[in-house]
Amino acid sequence: MARIEFDRIRHSYEANPQSDADFALKEISMGWDDGGAYALLGPSGCGKTTLLNIISGLLHPTDGHILFDGADVTRAETQARNIAQVFQFPVIYDTMTVRENLAFPLVNRGVEHSEIARRVEETLRIIDLEDKADRRARGLTADEKQKISLGRGLVRNDVNAILFDEPLTVIDPHMKWVLRSKLKELHQRFAFTMIYVTHDQTEALTFADKVVVMYEGQVVQTGTPDELFLKPRHTFVGYFIGSPGMNVLPCSMDGKTAHVGDQAIKLKHGAPTDAGELALGIRPEFITLTSGRKGLPFTVGRVEDIGRFRIVHGDVAGHKVAAMLAEGAEIPAHPRAVFDPANLNLYADSWLVEPQGVAA
Amino acid sequence: MRRASALVPILYIVFLMLPIYWLLNMSFKTTNEILGGFSPFPREFTLDNYIAIFTDPTWYNGYIDSLIYVAINTVLSVAVALPAAYAFSRYRFLGDKHLFFWLLTNRMAPPAVFALPFLQLYSAIGLFDTHIAVALAHCLFNIPLAVWILEGFMSGVPREIDETAYIDGYSFPKFFVKIFMPLIASGIGVTAFFCFMFSWVEMLLAKTLTSVEAKPIVAVMTRTASTSGYELGLLAAAGVLTIIPGAIVIWFVRNYIAKGFALGRV
Amino acid sequence: MNKTWNNRAWFMVLPVLLLVAFNAVIPLMTVVNYSVQETFGNNLFFFEGVKWFQEVLRSDRFHASLMRQLLFTFLILAIEIPLGVAIALAMPRSGFWVPVCLVLMALPLLIPWNVVGAMWNIFALPDIGLLGYGLNALGFDYNFTRGPLAAWFTVVLMDVWHWTSLVVLLAYAGLRSIPDAYYQAARIDGASPWAVFWYIQLPKMKRVLTIAVLLRFMDSFMIYTEPFVLTGGGPGNTTTFLSIDLVKAALGEFNLGIAAAMSIIYFLMTLLVCWVFYTAMMRGEDQ
Repeated sequence: MARIEFDRIRHSYEANPQSDADFALKEISMGWDDGGAYALLGPSGCGKTTLLNIISGLLHPTDGHILFDGADVTRAETQARNIAQVFQFPVIYDTMTVRENLAFPLVNRGVEHSEIARRVEETLRIIDLEDKADRRARGLTADEKQKISLGRGLVRNDVNAILFDEPLTVIDPHMKWVLRSKLKELHQRFAFTMIYVTHDQTEALTFADKVVVMYEGQVVQTGTPDELFLKPRHTFVGYFIGSPGMNVLPCSMDGKTAHVGDQAIKLKHGAPTDAGELALGIRPEFITLTSGRKGLPFTVGRVEDIGRFRIVHGDVAGHKVAAMLAEGAEIPAHPRAVFDPANLNLYADSWLVEPQGVAA
Repeated sequence: MRRASALVPILYIVFLMLPIYWLLNMSFKTTNEILGGFSPFPREFTLDNYIAIFTDPTWYNGYIDSLIYVAINTVLSVAVALPAAYAFSRYRFLGDKHLFFWLLTNRMAPPAVFALPFLQLYSAIGLFDTHIAVALAHCLFNIPLAVWILEGFMSGVPREIDETAYIDGYSFPKFFVKIFMPLIASGIGVTAFFCFMFSWVEMLLAKTLTSVEAKPIVAVMTRTASTSGYELGLLAAAGVLTIIPGAIVIWFVRNYIAKGFALGRV
Repeated sequence: MNKTWNNRAWFMVLPVLLLVAFNAVIPLMTVVNYSVQETFGNNLFFFEGVKWFQEVLRSDRFHASLMRQLLFTFLILAIEIPLGVAIALAMPRSGFWVPVCLVLMALPLLIPWNVVGAMWNIFALPDIGLLGYGLNALGFDYNFTRGPLAAWFTVVLMDVWHWTSLVVLLAYAGLRSIPDAYYQAARIDGASPWAVFWYIQLPKMKRVLTIAVLLRFMDSFMIYTEPFVLTGGGPGNTTTFLSIDLVKAALGEFNLGIAAAMSIIYFLMTLLVCWVFYTAMMRGEDQ
């Protein structure tokens, strides 16, 4: 077990990277706590798998250092890092039985026979494959194969972290849920560090203590699911997490007053004068529609009923805005949209403007 | 370690090129120099051997005859193999597995077994010494191969595509030509390549079934080798010229080679 | 894959069936016909039953060429398959040189077989051939037209030259189809290169290697042109393989009955071996 640290890691797949655009990973510095459950969330091609492969040592970063408990392992090979990894498509050794598959990493490391037998038995029990231990692995279903991949990591008691690269992609929907709860249970029981790559926000939010959101080769935010929801540091996070995503309204600032179209909204703080393109971010959950005089005029478009909520798609000062209402809530005849000031965020060039940012 | 393993393919290719180099070397030598003894490169460089081939109709007609029956055979084999391969990849029918194996057995049949009966058969129907005879005879091993390769490629195309096309109102022939064939275009290319290859390199049947009119280059060469004794330079030049069509064809399919040789079924 | 039952599919197979049947069934019937008859010229034939078969199966000549054939095919498979796999493993997985290598390697496959024979004849001639001259210069007494061992060496080397590339290309295609994740998982599991070969690469190549063995078996078992052009079956009969012997009997000596009986025995042997392979392969596919 170890704490993993990134020190200004950059990676490019090109031999001579020139500009920022050549880098699949732009400079990342961050730490992964020992025993934490992390979800690495982001759209396809944002660098998630690259980051994972740098941790496991399948890739060596172009720049920067990676430390395990303070020791530099940047150039260390995979074997020396004690990492386990489960891939998107199940990797099993076709010609071996389930038992032999599980024993393989131990045999390769020259572990003693009796010890191998004991640990393989234990792992078989953990992944619920005791009754299929002597079957050929190739005949099993996709979820059983994925359990074997996981088992090859669990069987080693020295692993620093287990990495998952979208491991549920090829699993049937009903088995996904079963495997997910199994993973969660195993994590709580053995407390290994777990880094889980996915592009599915439900999967990420149900799983992880901490979610790391990536976008175009950068880590845009690391935080608990709540933090990501309430204080998205980047408009992408607001948009990517939540359904529907955060509303983004381009605006201009005048002191502490934001102007959206011809409407004015009072904010708690302003933005630096050289802040770049400004926008307001407000989640649909924090918009209420009233018939009073407060708020901004809201033109109602399409209304979706999704069980416990109603989603009202509409238009504020020429910008598309979605609002989330409770089930059965009435929409007033000439509604006005009221934004909850506590959850109204200001963004400059897509990045959140913090109140202290103004002071500095 | 990495460096050492890179040497293996290089050494192998050098080994492959040596006899070809030697053939080239011989083809640029005069008969005198060849009979004069060993020399690693032509001392009296000459193009006479090539000139002799391009000015003698028996020689250059040999190339034309070969290319004609190879082309007929390739087109014929692919054309009839396409619907058959589709049937094998999409349907089950009475005796399908036996039929498939029976087809393959013909790829396994030694041409030597068929040489004499073919001679009699094609003489009896008056096709002896025609391009058609050789093209048809080569169908014996090329059609089974074509069906086998195409079936592999077709099985890789999901059935849903067929069904969608029918729902969209395509007739079978229109679907096959407009939608299905473009999907397996690389498979068809690879198949044509294989048919070309096996028809081009075969000699026993081609030689047996022809005498004057459709004499293939491979037969002309054996005649030279046996009658005019030691015209090695001429023989070498003719050999070099037979390598060229193959080399051209291979260059065209180079990107499909790896997949094609696995017969689409890896 | 679930295929639908449709007997009308026969119509699609029909052109193939007719063409191949014309080429296969009629000649085969001719052969069977000859194999049970005796002729004294003038197109007079007499029924002879299994006489020719008995004669062929008892003849030392047939036994000798069969033994030579088996030895040759065994040597070919034993050399070309491992060599081909080794070369495929040493090939880079991608890059500019890969298509160039593949094209150069495939070149021997597209050279007419008699040209291959002629080329190797010229290459191996003891006085003016690079191989022959070179070996003699190194102190070996090498002359493939006189020494049986030299003749065998040359014929086998020629076949290795001619056909190993087929095995390389097949094995390479098999290797390329293995997803990267397998190699990555193996690194994470701490597998040695040998374990990677034995547990990942070899199992994944099983299919293409079956095809390679099947093709190399069939083609080496019916080899005719290359050794015929190179050695003419000699010196003596030392490189007379089954096909060469058969053509000698049929077209050279016009021993129709013997040749026909030999053909059928020969054909049945290839058929048997290929059937075993075919069933094994199909069973592998069903899994």
